[in-house]
Amino acid sequence: MHTKTLAELAAGLRAREFSSRELVQHFLNRIDQYNGTLNAFVTLSGERALDDAEAADRLLSQGEGGALTGLPVAQKDIFCTRDIRTSCGSRMLDNFTAPYDATVVARLRQAGTALLGKLNMDEFAMGSSNETSFYGEVKNPWKPDCVPGGSSGGSAAAVAAGLTPAATGTDTGGSIRQPAAFCGITGLKPTYGRVSRWGMIAFASSLDQGGPMARSAEDCALLLGAMAGFDERDSTSVDHPVPDYCASLDDSLEGLKIGLPREFFADLESDMAAVLDNAMDEYRKLGVEFREISLPNIGLSVPAYYVIAPSECSSNLARYDGVRYGYRCEEPKDLEDLYMRSRGEGFGAEVKRRILIGTYALSAGYYDAYYLKAQKVRRLIAEDFKRAFEEVDVILGPTTPTPAFGIGEKTGDPISMYLSDIYTIAINLAGLPGMSLPAGFITGKPVGLQLIGGYFEEARLLNVAHRYQQVTDWHRQLPEAFV
Amino acid sequence: MEWEPVIGLEIHTQLKTKSKIFSGASTAYGAPPNTQACAIDLGMPGVLPVLNEAAVRMAVKFGLAVEAEIAPKSVFARKNYFYPDLPKGYQISQYELPVVGKGHLMIHVDGREKRIGITRAHLEEDAGKSLHEDFQGLTGIDLNRAGTPLLEIVSEPDIRSPEEAVAYMKKLHQLVVYLGICDGNMQEGSFRCDANVSVRPRGEEQYGTRTEIKNVNSFRFVERAISYEIERQIEVLEKGGTIVQETRLYDADKDETRSMRTKEEANDYRYFPDPDLLPLMVSSDFIEEVRGELPELPEAKYHRFLDQYALKPYDAEVLTASQALADYFEVVVETSACDPKLCANWVMVELSGALNKAGLDITASPVSASLLGGLLKRLADNTISGKIAKQVFELMWESGKDADTLIEEKGLKQITDSGAIEKIIDEVIANNPKQLEQYRSGKDKLFGFFVGQVMKATQGKANPQQVNELLKDKLKVE
Repeated sequence: MHTKTLAELAAGLRAREFSSRELVQHFLNRIDQYNGTLNAFVTLSGERALDDAEAADRLLSQGEGGALTGLPVAQKDIFCTRDIRTSCGSRMLDNFTAPYDATVVARLRQAGTALLGKLNMDEFAMGSSNETSFYGEVKNPWKPDCVPGGSSGGSAAAVAAGLTPAATGTDTGGSIRQPAAFCGITGLKPTYGRVSRWGMIAFASSLDQGGPMARSAEDCALLLGAMAGFDERDSTSVDHPVPDYCASLDDSLEGLKIGLPREFFADLESDMAAVLDNAMDEYRKLGVEFREISLPNIGLSVPAYYVIAPSECSSNLARYDGVRYGYRCEEPKDLEDLYMRSRGEGFGAEVKRRILIGTYALSAGYYDAYYLKAQKVRRLIAEDFKRAFEEVDVILGPTTPTPAFGIGEKTGDPISMYLSDIYTIAINLAGLPGMSLPAGFITGKPVGLQLIGGYFEEARLLNVAHRYQQVTDWHRQLPEAFV
Repeated sequence: MEWEPVIGLEIHTQLKTKSKIFSGASTAYGAPPNTQACAIDLGMPGVLPVLNEAAVRMAVKFGLAVEAEIAPKSVFARKNYFYPDLPKGYQISQYELPVVGKGHLMIHVDGREKRIGITRAHLEEDAGKSLHEDFQGLTGIDLNRAGTPLLEIVSEPDIRSPEEAVAYMKKLHQLVVYLGICDGNMQEGSFRCDANVSVRPRGEEQYGTRTEIKNVNSFRFVERAISYEIERQIEVLEKGGTIVQETRLYDADKDETRSMRTKEEANDYRYFPDPDLLPLMVSSDFIEEVRGELPELPEAKYHRFLDQYALKPYDAEVLTASQALADYFEVVVETSACDPKLCANWVMVELSGALNKAGLDITASPVSASLLGGLLKRLADNTISGKIAKQVFELMWESGKDADTLIEEKGLKQITDSGAIEKIIDEVIANNPKQLEQYRSGKDKLFGFFVGQVMKATQGKANPQQVNELLKDKLKVE
């Protein structure tokens, strides 16, 4: 069952080949068997999952229920779940249970899914390797001495190893797409404002978006259909109709124009270039027309991001002060001691690093030169894309410069770590939707290709990804140790 | 050296919305601690603010009332600092682009009118309360107030004396209560004042260094605090010292200001636009809609009272001090259909006196405006005399019954039948021959005696003017 896609499992459930309870139990057993090594899950909610499954089975037996009824999912531990701990990968929230569900959690629940548990992640979503988590690193199922990517490393690893058929992730600078690429699965970051941020613990408010991570584009379409939509509790949520993402999956790609940014392909290593060349060949067979485009300001995306994101995070994380919830130091002497030690002990090094950068960038005398300037650069980057989409329908490029790097390889060099997001970051700055899907292997490790669309063009992206997955089987591969 | 004080006031008004500015929790005062703070107010992980439209309406209403520019686009910004009663570690406020721009207010001081500029007014959320007593060396944090909408109104540094400061503060207080956007209750913290004070040599254009006196929350204390601070600064400067730019607190017991911040650096708030909120767009349609909801403002009402009711300036000012009182007065005038001056007198003296004695506000008056109007009607048409009217008023206050009922019940109708009065006068004269003789031989003072006797005989109900006329006539030496 763990080799099947969500769509296949849904069909199986409806055909009563197996019950939801059996399905959930199967995955709970796999988690039991493998999570010790992978460390993908932080908290399990087996009892709750089985209850959800039973409720689903009742609906299914009456011929009722929707597309996702009875299917197991797991939530990145950044989404608040009522009555189940939400840690955000941090000691700061190790003792925290939210009194409410995030909108994403509530919607997937309403859709009839069963919640297996909460998935490991880089602390407060800050990282590209899932090495900063308070709960320890997550292993890449394909090569356990390699990182799964981050910050949604637990989500990617869990799906890739068949511990859950589907997971949610969040993406601020690439945190869905990069781990999806490193783990050989499919992940989508929606347009900013497409998915509600209510209950999704904030890292960088103007960049964060939640999205699906699963074995295929079709699976992502199923999940996104439940996750997406206007939410009045999120003032940045956009009231744009949610299409039936599955309905257009099979649309023809004949005549579709796909742009190749010359800046993305300039310094690509030869094996990555070869993977993408092969992918482009497949697309040409499907009728796609490729064009070279230019995104001249894209080189500024990493510096702009690493001013904007830390600035917003320095403010968003100010609430973690040991006063009302979360980690509090032992026997604080006075207010200052309470703050210093609760935050000093509660936060990890990378989080502290980014809070310091952000505080500095926003401080008097530097605001104009850094934060304001970075926002202006952001506008230029968004305009580059706008111009590009006047000529092409979709943009294609690599997701990452290389396959997964080794655990510990980049932890000593934060800048080098930041540069692994070089292809994904601009998309968050512009607020556009982006996807990563498996496109091949390099040195036995999966790599992905990235698709970028215009605002609210998720249906198109899923279609372009799905057609590729109909003629290739990279996405069907499982790591040997987890078959 | 002659010194000129330069004063600017920053006033925080709590807006009278039912729920908070960014969440649906209640703003009602006086609930048990931490029972009116929802997840959003508590700054829990993952929560997001949603703007309360009613607060925007009130801000725009204020802007229109002070003839200010209303910004078609304004932006919410985060003011970042750490304090336990600030749950998110930042306050959502407005910084570079406030919703209300430049306006003004007219004040009356020492018989002259002066225009005080308003620099801006912006929306922001209130913090919670820190209670430093009652917790054995700890501080109790009550977050009920966190998230209550505030309108921060900043004046231009146009104020030149403590008296002007108080006049401005009172005018502003009256205005926000009139507009129905603030209940003006200073004890409950609905209307809070910070004063910026500096001095400069008279004639000097450059401003001196200013200090900020925080949270002076009564008109009297504002005047005292500013007076003290002006003197203190002058003393420092005259001794050759310099003014430290700092925040000070007013100590009401010692009647002095004290330095509050011991740290040298001011807080760097690291303002930036709040990415969780969209820019606030206010359309001209919305503005016109709000304009239509504006009540008659105090200044306009004052002038209208002068014209329409031919009142003295002082009376007009007293009667328009509060909307409730002004409305009351106008209902009295309408129901009684008599001279507004008479109505003004009764409202300002009889009624206000009784209300003050009972510690009641006009809105809680046991005698309604129409009841009082009915009474004055009977006074004006001579059914009762002035003295009797006061009696009826007291009875009204206790019973709540209307004038006609009480007059009937107690038989208080004035005796206006000249024949009946004459008869009684004859009796009185007949019964008091000695006094008659004394009066006729020149003791004019005894006139009052006879009036008194007639009134006694009629239980005060004889019409005084008629008694006077007839008595004068009858007492004349034949």
